[in-house]
Amino acid sequence: MHMADALISPAVGGTMWAATAGLIAFSAKKVKEEMDDRKIPLMGVLGAFIFAVQMINFSIPATGSSGHLGGGMILSILLGPWAAFLVMASVLIVQALFFADGGLLALGCNIFNLGFFPCFIAFPLIYRKIIGAYPTEKKVFWGALIAAIIGLQLGAFGVVLETVFSKISELPFGTFVLLMQPIHLAIGIVEGLVTAAVVTFVWKARPEILSAAERSLPIGQVDIKKVILGLVIAAAVAGGVLSWFASSNPDGLEWAMFKTSGREELESHASIHASLAGLQEKTAFLPDYGFKKVEPAEVETEVDIKTPWPAVDPGTSVSGLIGGGLTLLIIVFVGLGLRRR
Amino acid sequence: MLHGAACPVYFMNNIGKNSFDIDYMDLLASGNSLLHRLDPGAKVITTFVFIVLVVSFDKYTISALIPFFIYPVVLVSLGNLPLGYILKKLLVVSPFAILIGIFNPWMDQRILFNIGSIGVYGGWVSFFSILLRFTLTVTAALILVSLTGFNAVCASLTRFGVPRLFATQLLLFYRYIFVLTDEAERMARAESLRSFNSGALRLKTFISLSGHLLLRTLNRAERIYCAMQCRGFDGYVHTIDSRRIGYQEVTFVLGWSFLFIFLKYYNIPLMLGKIFTGGFL
Repeated sequence: MHMADALISPAVGGTMWAATAGLIAFSAKKVKEEMDDRKIPLMGVLGAFIFAVQMINFSIPATGSSGHLGGGMILSILLGPWAAFLVMASVLIVQALFFADGGLLALGCNIFNLGFFPCFIAFPLIYRKIIGAYPTEKKVFWGALIAAIIGLQLGAFGVVLETVFSKISELPFGTFVLLMQPIHLAIGIVEGLVTAAVVTFVWKARPEILSAAERSLPIGQVDIKKVILGLVIAAAVAGGVLSWFASSNPDGLEWAMFKTSGREELESHASIHASLAGLQEKTAFLPDYGFKKVEPAEVETEVDIKTPWPAVDPGTSVSGLIGGGLTLLIIVFVGLGLRRR
Repeated sequence: MLHGAACPVYFMNNIGKNSFDIDYMDLLASGNSLLHRLDPGAKVITTFVFIVLVVSFDKYTISALIPFFIYPVVLVSLGNLPLGYILKKLLVVSPFAILIGIFNPWMDQRILFNIGSIGVYGGWVSFFSILLRFTLTVTAALILVSLTGFNAVCASLTRFGVPRLFATQLLLFYRYIFVLTDEAERMARAESLRSFNSGALRLKTFISLSGHLLLRTLNRAERIYCAMQCRGFDGYVHTIDSRRIGYQEVTFVLGWSFLFIFLKYYNIPLMLGKIFTGGFL
C-alpha cells in the first residue's frame, strides 16, 4: 500500500508533496482555530496508539493470513478530520524515516492516499451521513465499516494513478487497477470490520468520548469544494514548476500539463529538451571509442529520439556496464578508505 | 529487551523488534562524528536534493545512477554506521518495489541492446533501474535518521515552515511511541502466555485488546494534558533553537548538491567505460 520513491517521478512526488503540505498547513490552522489545547497531547498519544496497534497482528478467520488495524477512520472518529489528518501524517513520517516504508519523496503520496481519503472524503461524506444526528451502536458500526472500506479503495486507486502517471512501472492502468482494487477490497473489509468493532467497543464502554468528539467538531460542514479547489491549484502550480525535472520523460506530465494552461509550459519544455540533447552531445565525448564489436540494432534509433537523455544504444550500454562496474569499485574503495580512519 | 529473550513466545509478535529498531536508530543518532554534529537542516536539505535527482533519471538509466552510491557510502563510513543493519532494513522493505517492478520485463519486451547474441529486454533494464533507485533512496532516508535523530529532524522542520502545532504534536507522538509500544507489547505477551495460539491474535481477542488499549490511551492523554497544564502549557512545547549554520553546513549542502547535479548531467561510468573499451579494442 505504501508508495515507494523508486516508483514515482519527481513531478508526481513533488505535486503530491505540495498538495500534502498545503493540507497539513490548512489542517493545523483549523485545529488551532478550535482553540482546544487538550487536543494536542491527545493527537500525539493517539498517533502512538495507532502506531503500537499496527504492530499487533491478528489472524483473519479462514484464511491463515494476518492483518492489522488501519488508522485513518478511527482517528477521524475520535479527533475529527483535521486533527486526524495531522496524526496520520505523523505516523507515516515516522514509518518512512524509521522503517523506510515508502520513502521521503513518496511521503506526499502516502499521506495523501492514507490520510486525505479517509479523513476528508470517507469520514464526512460516508460515516457522518450514515450515523446522522442520533447515532446508535448499529449506525456507528456500519458507518465505520463502509467508510473504512471506501477510504481504502480510494487510497488504492490513488496508488494506481500515482504509479501510472510516474511511468516508471510498466504496468498498464487496467491491469494495475484490477490487481489493486480487489486486494484492497479484501483488506478493507477486514480493516473495516476491526475498525468498526473497536469503535463500537469504545461506544459501549464510554459513549461520552464519541459524542464529545462529535460535539467539538464544527467540521461536519467541511467545505470539501474549497479543499479540492485548493488542491487542484496546488497540483497545477507544483506540476508546472517541477515539470523540468522530468524532462526526459514528458509523458508522465501530460496530466499536470493538462491542468496548467499548457502552451508556454510545453514550449519551455521543448527548449529544455533541446538543451538536454545538446548536453548529451557534449557528454558523449570520445565518440570514436564506442563499443564497435556489437551490431547496432536498427530499432534503437527510434528509442534514441524518444528518450534523448540518457541515450540507450548498444555501444554505450556495454561501455556503461563496464564503466558502472568500475565506478562501483572505486566507490567501495573510497568507503573502505574512509572507514579505516 | 532482556526480559524478552528469556521468553520465546514474545518473539512471535514482532512488536518488540520494531520498537527495538527505533531505539537502536536513536542510539546511532547519538553518535559523535563530524556528520552527527552537522546541523540537522543541512542533512535534511542534502537528502532531498539527492533523492529528487536520483528519481529524476530516465527509467532505463542504470550506469548514470551508480556514481550516486558515493553519497551513502561516504556517509555510512564517516558516520560509523553499521552497514549490515542498514542493508538488512533495506531487504525487509524491498518486496513492494520488487512486486511492482517485476512486471516490467513482461510488459516491455522491446530489445534494448544485445550482449553477444542475447537480447536484453527494456523491461529488465527498467526493473534493474527501479532496484537501484530503491536502494539509493531508502538508504539515504535511513542514513538521515541514523545520523540526526528524530527530535532534531522535527525541530529543523519548523524552520522550513512546518506549522508549530504539527511539529509539537509530532514530538509528543514520537515520545509516546515508546510508552504505548511497551504497553501493547505487554498486553500481547500476556495474551500469548495465556493462550496456546502462537503468533497472530484471534480477531475477537484483538478487538477487545486494542479497545482496552485505546481506552487506556485516552485516559493517559487526559493525565498528560493535566500535567502539562500544571506546568503552564500554552499550546506549544518550547524547544531550544540550536540553529547553527556555519561554513561546515554550507560546504556540506553545496558540495554534495553540486556533485549530484554534475552526476546528473555527466555520465561518469559511461565515459570511463568508453575509455576502457576503446582502449582495449
